[in-house]
Amino acid sequence: MEKFVRIENVGQTFKTKKGPFVALRDVNLTIASGEFITLIGHSGCGKSTLLNLLAGLDRPSTGALICAEREIAGPGPDRAVVFQNHSLLPWLTCFDNVYLGVERVFGASESKAQLKARTHGTLALVGLTHAEAKYPQEISGGMKQRVGIARALAMEPKVLLMDEPFGALDALTRAHLQDELIKIVAKTRSTVVMVTHDVDEAVLLADRIVMMTNGPAATIGEVLKVDLPRPRERMALAEDKDYHACRTAVLDFLYRKQRNPALKEAA
Amino acid sequence: MNALAQPAPHAGNQAAPVDAGTNAEVGDQQAHERAEGRTARRDAITAVVLKVMPPVAGFALFLLMWHGIATMIPAIPTPATTWHAAVPLFADPFYRNGPNDQGIGWNVLASLARVAAGFGLAALIGIPAGFALGRFAFLNAMMAPIISLLRPVSPLAWLPIGLLLFKSANPAAIWAIFICSIWPMVINTAVGVTRVPQDYLNVARVLDLSEWKVFTRVLLPAVLPYMLTGVRLSIGTAWLVIVAAEMLTGGTGIGFWLWDEWNNLKVEHIVIAIFIIGMVGLLLEYALLSLAKRFSYGN
Repeated sequence: MEKFVRIENVGQTFKTKKGPFVALRDVNLTIASGEFITLIGHSGCGKSTLLNLLAGLDRPSTGALICAEREIAGPGPDRAVVFQNHSLLPWLTCFDNVYLGVERVFGASESKAQLKARTHGTLALVGLTHAEAKYPQEISGGMKQRVGIARALAMEPKVLLMDEPFGALDALTRAHLQDELIKIVAKTRSTVVMVTHDVDEAVLLADRIVMMTNGPAATIGEVLKVDLPRPRERMALAEDKDYHACRTAVLDFLYRKQRNPALKEAA
Repeated sequence: MNALAQPAPHAGNQAAPVDAGTNAEVGDQQAHERAEGRTARRDAITAVVLKVMPPVAGFALFLLMWHGIATMIPAIPTPATTWHAAVPLFADPFYRNGPNDQGIGWNVLASLARVAAGFGLAALIGIPAGFALGRFAFLNAMMAPIISLLRPVSPLAWLPIGLLLFKSANPAAIWAIFICSIWPMVINTAVGVTRVPQDYLNVARVLDLSEWKVFTRVLLPAVLPYMLTGVRLSIGTAWLVIVAAEMLTGGTGIGFWLWDEWNNLKVEHIVIAIFIIGMVGLLLEYALLSLAKRFSYGN
């Protein structure tokens, strides 16, 4: 297996007023090119911390993260992030929001017309050609998230990092966007790391599910390989035996081996 | 507001259940639509009347009280005498009979020019200073006590310093405007910079935008609404201060004119000046509000 992204002995400690807080310890993971990884765990288990480390928004306290044979030293357009709350700039149209990233990555090597064509193309990929000229506040939550995905995809990143991208959406919109993401990733062959706390989403999308133990000092508890054939069909999977086995394995990890820390306190 | 209490235009068919019950025939249908149109028109007229009525009533009451007070105290001009004094004044607002006798239009323009100069200088220095204070916590901590100390001082207290520095009345008045307008702009811009959402800054970092792009595409648009609030507060204060400053410095300007008319004991002109000052202030405020609206982004 090609080791495209390597996470080696990574630990993350935050300084707080009450002293150091160990968020992550001994995290080891390798990700192959074109692989779809979902990170799942209870709130506060450090999934987003790990994603921020991959994005380069934070530096690890110990260990190293390597992407395409280079250490991750800071944020960069080769690792595009889709934020949970879309984070579109409200003063730019959908087109300009996407164009901002395109211009940064390809501006030096391509003409304006080519940059514009790229932007149009990516917005078409997420099915938003009709909303290009609209401002983020004029479109629905699902559409905003699609623009966020387009902004990330348009930069042709080596790795697509998604931080609970569909967490704020209603169930129907979420299902629709998951289906679209499956198609897009099949087309672009992107390497994806997605943080989620939705078990169905994790199983539906992932090649491997990385399950995190509860914080503090969280680490990877189990890794589950999802051997379901692609393309995956939501309706067909509903009856699938393997799908249910995967689902049960994740649920077992989350609710038996790693009970929700909030519930444990209450008990 | 009151218009909302009226039935909406298309709710007319509910208000006419008799028509609705017998509209099997086409004729009835047309009659029904006509009735609906009439209701809609009537509702629109009521809405306008309800909107216009309260302010008109307010003004009428105001004039009535003014007239009452003026009849009781003869030194105060009545609305009628003020009106008669205003007509020739506004008939020729742009005459010049020497430096101390100019039309009302020239005086207002002179005041506005001073406000623009002092205010422009304040924006030129205050907005970049605000960006710097918002960006660098150390600088902010350094300057905050000084700003807190100087901000509550009446700008007129600075007027003698201005006279000392510039040895002339006009720059001294501009100086006073500069001092009073700079604080809201510095403070609001600095607050705006510290309130730029971390999400937007993360986007800038992930896209690895150049410093210039970060400034023009992220920082500036995010801070602009705060900046414009500062600008609006500044211009309001500046317009308050210019009138007082001109009373002291003399020469031209609406404040000077007001004081001059007091020396001439033309009380109705003082009342007119008060109205003009109010009107111009209102227009400045309105212009900046619409500007701010243009640059505010709902999320």
